[in-house]
Amino acid sequence: MRHIISILLENEAGALSRVAGLFSARGYNIEAMTVAPTHDASISRMTVATSGSEEIMEQVLKQLNKLVEVIRVHDLTEGPHIERELMLIKVHAVGPDREEVKRLSDIFRGRIIDVTDRSYTIELTGPGDKLDAFIHALDPGMVIEVVRSGASAISRGAKAI
Amino acid sequence: MTSPTSITERLNVQTKSETLTGAEIVVRALRDEGVEFVFGYPGGAVLYIYDELDKQEAVQHILVRHEQAAVHAADAYSRVTGKVGVALVTSGPGATNAVTGIATAYMDSVPLVVISGQVPVALIGNDAFQEVDTVGITRPCTKHNFLVKDVKDLASTLKAAFYLAATGRPGPVLVDIPKDVTAHQCAYHYPDKISLRSYKPTVKGHPGQVRKAMQLIASAQRPMFYTGGGVVLGNASEELRKLVRALNVPITHTLMGLGAYPATDPQFVGMLGMHGTYEANMAVQHCDVLVALGARFDDRVTGNLAKFAPHAKIVHVDVDPASISKNVRVDVPIVGDLQQVLTEMNQVLAELDALNDRHAMQAWWGQITEWRQRDCLHYQQDELIIKPQFVVQKLYELTAGEAIVTSDVGQHQMWAAQFYGFDHPRRWVNSGGLGTMGFGLPAAMGAQVAEPDATVVCITGDGSIQMNIQELSTCQQYKLPLKVACLNNHYLGMVRQWQEFFYEDRYAMSYVDALPDFVKLAEAYGHIGLRADKPADVEPVIREALRLKDRMVFMDFRVDAKENVYPMVPAGAALSEMILV
Ligand SMILES: Cc1cc2nc3c(=O)[nH]c(=O)nc-3n(C[C@H](O)[C@H](O)[C@H](O)COP(=O)(O)OP(=O)(O)OC[C@H]3O[C@@H](n4cnc5c(N)ncnc54)[C@H](O)[C@@H]3O)c2cc1C
Ligand SMILES: Cc1ncc(C[n+]2csc(CCOP(=O)(O)OP(=O)(O)O)c2C)c(N)n1
Ligand SMILES: [Mg+2]
Repeated sequence: MRHIISILLENEAGALSRVAGLFSARGYNIEAMTVAPTHDASISRMTVATSGSEEIMEQVLKQLNKLVEVIRVHDLTEGPHIERELMLIKVHAVGPDREEVKRLSDIFRGRIIDVTDRSYTIELTGPGDKLDAFIHALDPGMVIEVVRSGASAISRGAKAI
Repeated sequence: MTSPTSITERLNVQTKSETLTGAEIVVRALRDEGVEFVFGYPGGAVLYIYDELDKQEAVQHILVRHEQAAVHAADAYSRVTGKVGVALVTSGPGATNAVTGIATAYMDSVPLVVISGQVPVALIGNDAFQEVDTVGITRPCTKHNFLVKDVKDLASTLKAAFYLAATGRPGPVLVDIPKDVTAHQCAYHYPDKISLRSYKPTVKGHPGQVRKAMQLIASAQRPMFYTGGGVVLGNASEELRKLVRALNVPITHTLMGLGAYPATDPQFVGMLGMHGTYEANMAVQHCDVLVALGARFDDRVTGNLAKFAPHAKIVHVDVDPASISKNVRVDVPIVGDLQQVLTEMNQVLAELDALNDRHAMQAWWGQITEWRQRDCLHYQQDELIIKPQFVVQKLYELTAGEAIVTSDVGQHQMWAAQFYGFDHPRRWVNSGGLGTMGFGLPAAMGAQVAEPDATVVCITGDGSIQMNIQELSTCQQYKLPLKVACLNNHYLGMVRQWQEFFYEDRYAMSYVDALPDFVKLAEAYGHIGLRADKPADVEPVIREALRLKDRMVFMDFRVDAKENVYPMVPAGAALSEMILV
């Protein structure tokens, strides 16, 4: 099963590689990993999208908690949560495609953020599957370049993790 | 405030906040931490530190001959004393040489602080002379590590290193210090206490879980205790003894737990696992409640996981939550420090209305006695060829079971574990988790430094001893009167045994050709060498070695080349599927 794990960790050099190293050393899956400082500059928040059996997830959480620089670990998939990802996608846009791409971008609530006479660059946010759907909706030959942030996620409700 | 305490406090602060160089800070911090011995080897990046070490006497430095040995010696010092061991190495090759030692301590949860030199801050990342990314290399084999880039962080980082090493699940912590940081100056203040918001180990057991565990144990028909290195590391032998005696339960130890409960006590059924006793393994397989204390269900212990302890409900106490339910599903998990949790368990025990059913316990002990009669460690000593087991047994008898025994890795290690009965914790020092050949001799040095008056015996093999033989020179320099007992079978015996059992007698590369004359080698280093060729030589050789109290003696026992360690659970088999003699 897919899990989204939020990790609060000391914003220190090396903390990120400890987490990344843990996943590779113990053979845990990483689908995506994002990290940036929070409103408290001394703390970073990391979101890891991973998957595995219940036993493996139990170990993932315990092993993460064991890292000295990790302050808190929470499996967001245990409760209601919101997941968002940012995608920047550069597509060919010439002739009739130009209008079609614009229309598709509007349907997905994307924003065109850069334009040339041959291309559009579109900014799109949403859950990962929405971004996938957008890519699939395009003719494969049209995509020039894709960059995705990986999932960021937060629990629903008024409380912090 | 003008209370008298505040004046002393002020004085304290004044004396404490002198301006010192980084190197002075390192040495002062070691002193303030109560460190008596540092095991190390110098080099360019740590010269300021060595300069300072040389100017004082409180912290003594033991010069080894290889950085791996420095870390093993510090490791054994810690295992024997319970204190944090300290090693000091230079950058680059010094640090990489130390890695095997660090990984060894990491696998066995031994508290160490390893200080490594690093190239100056401005050169880091430039492929400078003797630069390696020490923090990167050691990240997966330390509990934590630090690179100190500013002298102002040095004292607090060292404090944190000692704190992290010794608390929670212990382990090695590395502090990498660039050379220029050891030259820079700042005000010295060594914190008395440290608290890290991201690190709060649980020490007290959850009362509800402790009660639940005790009720389960007391209701068992066939209870079994399986305890490991955690009891030794947590200094919980006394509490363990109390509980096990009160319950009258059988108890087995892992390789790392030996000595936590007296081997000579009738309730002790020997080690369990791959080379455990028949009775210990059978009892684990047939028990209905298994109580695991400070043991981590290693694959050398469980055998085939799917068939492990099939009838048992399992109680597991461990200070590391990640050890619990990692390999085996646990019914009653308790996170906490064993000294505390066992104290809590003993308290609950006193309040229980009823203990285990007497008839059931009688039947259980009857069954165990029957298994014992299989006499699984039996061997036959004739008049021609020395049996390695016989050597260990004689060592045990002639040292009255009171020696500190270190070991290397192989058959000799297993025979040491099986035939030297440890009645006390911290007397058996070996590399279990990583299985590092070359551990034994430097470990014996660390043990002898820790206890200068103790009899320290390194039970080793002809293969392993050659992996840190250079340390005979260190033994000479510091007049360490340890005894090496080499069970010389001319083979990488453990490898040969596997080849005999599982590779149809094809002994690829396990015959140790061109062995040195160990007696002459010992003499070349200024020690005494003794050889035993026949069974009748064994006792006189050991007696002579023990008589030479202030000398290092190398005993070369020419033992049966083809002897095997029994029982043996083949890899992948259930614990009850033992190969027996
Ligand atoms: C050639 C060879 C053969 C081997 N054969 C065997 C064999 O037959 N049988 C065998 O048992 N082993 C054998 N081993 C050793 C094996 O590989 C493991 O090292 C060993 O079984 C682990 O012991 P342990 O479970 O006691 O754990 P340790 O490695 O000692 O770990 C200690 C556990 O206790 C916990 N702990 C630490 N401090 C505390 C505290 N204060 N409070 C609570 N918990 C604490 C830790 O978190 C950890 O989980 C062999 C090794 C070699 C090299
Ligand atoms: C550094 C290292 N390399 C290789 C091994 C694999 N290994 C385990 S036991 C063993 C043989 C040890 O031979 P010896 O020291 O003579 O002991 P014996 O088994 O003969 O008693 C080997 C090679 C190891 N444990 N450690
Ligand atoms: Mg050998």
